[in-house]
Amino acid sequence: MSTTLLLLADGRFPAGGHAHSGGLEAAVTAGRVRDLDDLDAFLRGRLATVGLVSAAFAAAACAGGDIHTLEAGLDARTLSPALRKASRAQGRALLRAGRTLWTLPTAERELHHPVALGVVAAAAGLTPAEAALTAAYGTVTGPASAAVRLLGLDPYATHALVARLAPDCDAVAARAATVDDLPACSAPLLDIGAETHATWEVRLFAS
Amino acid sequence: MKATARITAVAEAGRTRLVTLRSETPLLVRKTGPSRADGEVEVHLVGGAAGPLGGDRLRIEVAVGPGARLCVRTVAASLALPGPRRAERASRQSPGDAQSTLDIHATVAAGGSLRWLPEPLIAAKGCDHVSRSLVDLESDASLTWREEVVCGRHGEDPGDASLESTVRLAGRTIMRQDVSVGPRAAGWAGPAVLGGGRATGTLLVVDPLWTEKPPEAAVLGPGAARMPLAGGPAAIAQAVGGDLREVRAALDRAFA
Repeated sequence: MSTTLLLLADGRFPAGGHAHSGGLEAAVTAGRVRDLDDLDAFLRGRLATVGLVSAAFAAAACAGGDIHTLEAGLDARTLSPALRKASRAQGRALLRAGRTLWTLPTAERELHHPVALGVVAAAAGLTPAEAALTAAYGTVTGPASAAVRLLGLDPYATHALVARLAPDCDAVAARAATVDDLPACSAPLLDIGAETHATWEVRLFAS
Repeated sequence: MKATARITAVAEAGRTRLVTLRSETPLLVRKTGPSRADGEVEVHLVGGAAGPLGGDRLRIEVAVGPGARLCVRTVAASLALPGPRRAERASRQSPGDAQSTLDIHATVAAGGSLRWLPEPLIAAKGCDHVSRSLVDLESDASLTWREEVVCGRHGEDPGDASLESTVRLAGRTIMRQDVSVGPRAAGWAGPAVLGGGRATGTLLVVDPLWTEKPPEAAVLGPGAARMPLAGGPAAIAQAVGGDLREVRAALDRAFA
């Protein structure tokens, strides 16, 4: 356990994460998420798919994996161009913030968010397991805090939900840091929802 | 049951000829219908037994030579079912034995074309099935690849089923995705994954004519979108729906 880990995982870390809802805004508008139970199911599905993939790529990037191979791997796994764009935008913001705090080993300005997270985590002295945990945690807390704004949910109840997901989040991070093959778990409605969301002229979140 | 089917198509004097059609129960391969005007030859896989059943190890190998054109279909949906009792007992000693697997390996040479348009996989209650598809395309090869899964028979909760797909173009992976449904896949029925939908599918098209510009992204309905891929002249349509008909309709109009 380290303060650096808490710093990087903190929602207040200035990497622009608050501008993204992790697909929740599209799911709310489509009527697929209306209450806390729906949010619970949304977060579980997101954690088991995008969460595992992000955590595994963050761990691999943190362990010194080839950045271009990992980038191509995420491109092949992210069917939605809107999600590829959102991932790169978040990666760019994270690299900018990370570069002001630590010395990054790459001059890349724009990477997929999980790869950027792994690179920044390594520069901050964190382990691949900690990078995976930060990624898994972020896939849950991003939409959870967006839910408070989008649905007006009780922040206490929403946080209680995140607390209940903690063991699942730990398990996903542990699995992500130890898998041999990079996972490719797909969440069809996140891809389809992201494309729908990208066509809107007015929206609260960037993705 | 362990079985391998093999289909090899080559081009000869501007026509496609099937030089290998290897069947093994329950994977029976039949040439169907005359060749189309564009020279495409069509074959059907005819289920020679129920299943796949838990414990089955099935493999389909498809090779399309330079300039050859092949279309592979199945006559009916596959119904993944749990294995017989003895497989269940054996699996307690070595977990995984009760799983059924279908491995598909397809290669398409330069100038060749493969359309893989099987009927869906239906994941029956209690099944434990994995379909793994690996497609290797040489540059300048064309591909149409459809995959669909239906979650249980009418009014039935599905067992565990995964569709794992990898498509490589000139050795580079351009599409990689695993879709999992069933009790072991956390949140699969929830709003991030299928949102209560009972069927989902994808239709991938790789077309060398799109090298300059693949089709643009398009929303095809509340549960369907067409998306250009990042790594090549390719786009994929993805759909989620209340039943297969809804999914198939969205996939059918994606590239129309």
